[in-house]
Formats: sequence, structure tokens, C-alpha cells
Amino acid sequence: MHSFWIIFKQAFLTKARTKSFIATTVIVAASFFLVANLSNIIALFDGGSEDADVLHVLDESGQLTPLLQEQLAAVDSPVQAMPTEMSETELREGISEGTIEAYIELTQAQGLAARYVTESANGMGSGADVEQAVQSMQTVLAADEIGLSQAEVSQLFSPASFEREAVAVSSKSEEELNQARGLVYVLILLIYVAVIYYPNMIAMEVANEKSSRVMEILISSVSPVKHMFAKIAGIGMLGILQMLIFGTAGYFAIKSAGTDLAGGITGVFGFSDLKISTFLFAFLFFLLGYFLYAVLAALLGSLVSRTEDVQQLMLPMMFLVIIASFIAFSGIAMPEATYVTVASYIPFFAPLVMFLRVGMLDIPLWEPLLSIAIMLVTIGVLGTIGARVYRGGVLMYGPSQSLKDIRKAIRLGDNK
Amino acid sequence: MGLKVENATKKFGDFTAVDNLSLVVERGQMYGFLGANGAGKTTTFRMILGLLNQTHGTVTWNGKPITYANSPEIGYLPEERGLYPKMRVEEQLVYLAQLRKMPVAEAKREVHKWLERFEVPHYASKKVEELSKGNQQKIQLIASLIHKPSLLILDEPFSGLDPVNVGMLKSAILDFQKQGATIVFSSHRMDHVEELCDDMSILDRGKVILSGSIRDAKRSFGKHNVRIKMDQDLTGLKEIAGVEAFTKTHDGAVFRIGNESIAQTLLAASMKLGDLRHFSIEEPTLEEIFVAKVGKAHA
Repeated sequence: MHSFWIIFKQAFLTKARTKSFIATTVIVAASFFLVANLSNIIALFDGGSEDADVLHVLDESGQLTPLLQEQLAAVDSPVQAMPTEMSETELREGISEGTIEAYIELTQAQGLAARYVTESANGMGSGADVEQAVQSMQTVLAADEIGLSQAEVSQLFSPASFEREAVAVSSKSEEELNQARGLVYVLILLIYVAVIYYPNMIAMEVANEKSSRVMEILISSVSPVKHMFAKIAGIGMLGILQMLIFGTAGYFAIKSAGTDLAGGITGVFGFSDLKISTFLFAFLFFLLGYFLYAVLAALLGSLVSRTEDVQQLMLPMMFLVIIASFIAFSGIAMPEATYVTVASYIPFFAPLVMFLRVGMLDIPLWEPLLSIAIMLVTIGVLGTIGARVYRGGVLMYGPSQSLKDIRKAIRLGDNK
Repeated sequence: MGLKVENATKKFGDFTAVDNLSLVVERGQMYGFLGANGAGKTTTFRMILGLLNQTHGTVTWNGKPITYANSPEIGYLPEERGLYPKMRVEEQLVYLAQLRKMPVAEAKREVHKWLERFEVPHYASKKVEELSKGNQQKIQLIASLIHKPSLLILDEPFSGLDPVNVGMLKSAILDFQKQGATIVFSSHRMDHVEELCDDMSILDRGKVILSGSIRDAKRSFGKHNVRIKMDQDLTGLKEIAGVEAFTKTHDGAVFRIGNESIAQTLLAASMKLGDLRHFSIEEPTLEEIFVAKVGKAHA
């Protein structure tokens, strides 16, 4: 056990101390803050120029501007409509020079006509607001013409009440689903990245130790099987640490963004209704997924003689993860589809897909437990095979790097 | 006691890498392992270390099979340099010593002691990849013996080194032997084996073709070299019965003879040719024995 911890510590510390690890962690954590505070940051840059939201109105009648202001206020638009004294040519010049953001020409003949002018088509983000306001103006003006009262207008446009309700007791309401969706999406993404990133790290480590031939010294001191599992545990610990840092950073990033975003983004992503069980399952499936793919990666890493060949041999494993992610991400929209249910019991897809189902649906507990049991068995089987391959693989040097070498490696490492 | 390999055979599929090999290395002995490339030296070492399980036969160290339980008693220097290129020397050596169950504090002391001995104390904080090949080999040797093993296995410890470094490593290995360690090492440099070892084995295609003390090997080889230095042409003398080989040198010639009595005939014959400057009867070198034995086996 003693040497297990030495290798564990070594695998963990050497990686945790590398510049690339520290840099990645800091950059990703910082980007969380950046994304969470994006609108605050944008506001910071926009703060100085209030002109940005000023909309110059060419309105010969002079009647329409107050109406536009009223309708803009009704849709909570930041756009300030101001009557202008300038001629159209002057306004155009202003736009080209950048002193004016946009102007609008309002005329009333047969109904309301508006012409909205900006420097480029994507110039003013509030074009949609303006359009909506103008549409409402038209409604008001038309209603006025027909002689409808304000009450009659609002009656005319009041929406029908539309509610969704699912019959199944287990199924979550649409509202709950929407809330869960964001959180599950983010967590699946994390698991997906983790089962690619850390197992890759292991394969590289093993291939590195093999190509630098230090492996022969290592396995003459400690059994290859112990070495392999200590390495997997060490890198796994590193993964847990990094995920914890990301989690904490994400939490504080959202907090720091202030009330506006906490209600905005977190509302959209479902963070306001944090479910402990979802996080626990995410952690569990992250661990299981990691171990499953880490054992596979160690096995593959032990077969190559040069680190350059690692990626080539890892390709089939990558496909498995990518297929799992396709199923999981497409399943977010329809978590009850049959292919999702089936995939959630296939060990290589389960870490992503079963987590998706647990997060999105109220499925009975035995379903994730069964899937976890299948994964544990697979990890056990892979671990046994992996250890046999590893034992021989680490002694095998040669130019070839195909999966056929697995048989050769087992023969080399075998007892008989 | 010591190291005992009995009838060890290793087959890879149909290929027999080591065939029925037996040898005994007494405690405290320095044992040489000779063989051409692919003769089975590394496979034998891997069996001794327990990295490979033999198809038949047994390997024991002091009566016990070698497993990971007694790995702290064993030290190993692999043929290919094997160190973490990007790890610092001290950290690396301490790590490897720890894996052989040496406490950290003691390992650190030993690292500095050995670096001092090899006159490279300033390398402690350098990365291995920054060192020259000779200096890397010093670190490699330290890694193999830092934990004070009682059995040290060195696979080609001197290959590719300059004479100064070879001398330094040789004296360190000899000192380590004096402290009681048993050392087995392989080499294709016969002179190193001849200089360091009492006993040796010559391996050819998985088989031991000669084994025992070097002195006995030379005696039983039964052939000697006669070196003659004189200005006259000696080519005619190779026709004398009993001369097995003739090599012309820049100042005379060397004759290989099967029987010491032929030397007298050669002496008499050469003196008739002119003034003799030098005449000597030499023991066969290990190299000649090796070439003769391995060459014969290949024929």
C-alpha cells in the first residue's frame, strides 16, 4: 500500500504543479467570471456614451414622437426617442461620422410608415424594440381611427391562456424541465470534457514513461498493476480537484454577477433551483466515467512505444465518448426517447446518458443503480484485462501500434 | 545462497528467447554476462527481476523467489537509459528510492552523497534532459543502487561512455561490491568483463555456451597467442604444423597455436630468419574465446 501512495502522490503532484495545469485552471475559472459578468462589462464600456441609445425622430407632424416614446417605454426599451431639428442629409452624415447611432422617419398617410436608418444592418441592437413599438403605435392609431376604447383594444389583444400538463406522475412539468435542462447541459458538458481530458492525460503519462524507459525501473520496483491503478487514482484526484475549483469558481462567478444575472442566467440555466441529487449524480457519473475510460486509456497507452502514437490508438476510445455525447446532447430535447433509454445502460455511454436521464426525468432509483452496477462490472472486467495487457504492454517496444498488439501484450505479460 | 537460476526457459510463442539457462552467482560476487545482441541477456535479466515469468525453471535470491516483496533488495539499471526527462535529478532519485522503500530523508542524504562522489553535486536541481549522456548514466547508476540493494543488476552499464566516465562508474561499482553487494552485469565489451569479473557466462541465442571462472575458461580454451616482433617477413611461418591462425601486425605477427609446445618451434624458426626483437606467449583474450565459441555455434 505504501508504494501505491507514493505513486499516487507523484502522479497528482507532478501534474498539479505543471504550468499548463495551473494555467488551464486559472484561465477556465477566470472565463467563468468573465462570462457571468459579460453584461456588466459591456455596460462598463458603453457607460460613457449615452448617445448610443438615442434615436432621432424625423416627424413632420410632431404628433408621433410622444406616441413612440410611450410605446418604447411600454416594452422597457432603453432607446430614447428624441425629435430632431436636423435635416435628413445632416442625419445621414452624422451616422457616417459615428456621432449618431440611428434615426427614424415617421409619416402617417394610409396608416403609419416608418423608415429606420442605421450605419449597418446590425448597428443598433434595439432595432427590434423600435419595430415592436412602431407596430404597437400602428395598432393604437388604427384603434383610434375605428373609435375603439382603450379597454376594447386590450380585450382584442389579450392572449389566450395556454397551460401544459403531463399525465404521468413521474414526469416533470415543462417548467421544471426547462429549469433542469440548463443545469444538466452544463454538467454533461463537464463530464464529457472530463472523460476525454483526464484519461488522455493518463495515456500520455503511461506512453511517456514507456518511451523514456523509466517504466522498466518503475515496474521492477512496483507491480505494474499497482502502478497503473495508483496512476489512475492520482490523476483522478487531480480531476476532482480541478472540477471542485471550477465548481466553486462558477458558483462565485454567478454570485458576483449581482442580482440581475442571478435572476437572468441562473434562471435560464436552472441554477436557482439547485438540486443536490443532480450534483451528487453528476459527481458519481463523472467518477465512474473517468475510471472506465481511464482504465481503457492506460491499456492503450501501454501499447505504444512513442508518445506520438498515443492519439492514433486513442481514436476508437474518442469515438465512444463522442457518440455518447451526441446521444446525451440530442437527448436533452427528448430525454424519454427509446434510444436514450437503451444507451443509458450501455457502459461506455452511461456516464453521460444515464446522467442526462437522472437529471431530466424522475426515473425510479433502480434504473441509475442498475446502470451504475453495469458500469462497475465493466470497470472490473476492463481493469482485469487492462492489468494483463499493461503488464506485457509496458515491456513491449516496437514500431507497430495497432489494437492487435493487445493479444501480443497479454501473451508477453502472462504467467504461463 | 546468492542468486540461483535453474533451468530457466522463456518462450515467446514458438520462439525460445532463453533456453534452459542455469547459473549460480555467489553472494558478493561480480558476475559477467556476455552475449551478442539478441542472445537473451535482457530477457534473462527480466526473468531474474520478475518482470517476465519464465516458461520453465526457477529463479531465487537467497533461497526465495524474487517478487515485489523483496524488490527493495534488488537494484536494476536497464540497457536503455530510463529516467523522467523532465523531472529534476534529486526529486527523481528520491522518488525511485521511495518506491524501493527507502525513507525520504535517507534518500535525500544518499542522493547528495552520490552526486558528490560523481563530482556533480550541482546537478541536483537540474532536469535530466539537460545533462549529457555520460552524466545521465551517472544518475541512472545512482538510481539503481541508491536504496542499497544486495543484488544489483546492470544491463550494459558502460555502453556509449567516454573512458573517464567509464573509469568513474567502474570504481563506484567496485566499491559497491566491496560493501557486500552481489552484482550481475552484461556487456559486449569483453575487456570490462575481464577486468571486473571473476565468473561469467557466455550466452548465444538463448543458450549458455560457456560458463564459469574466466581463468578456467582461458585455460580450457587451450589456445595461446604467440607474438613475434621482427623486421623480416613472417608469413612463411604460418605453414608450421599447429599454427591455427596468423595475423600480420605492423611490426611482426601474431600466431594462434593449439598447443604450447608449438611456441618453441616458432621461436626456433623465427630466430633463423633474423634478429628477434620480441617474443611472447600470451593468454587468449576473452574476446577471442567469445568469437571462437559464438562463431562456432553459428557455423
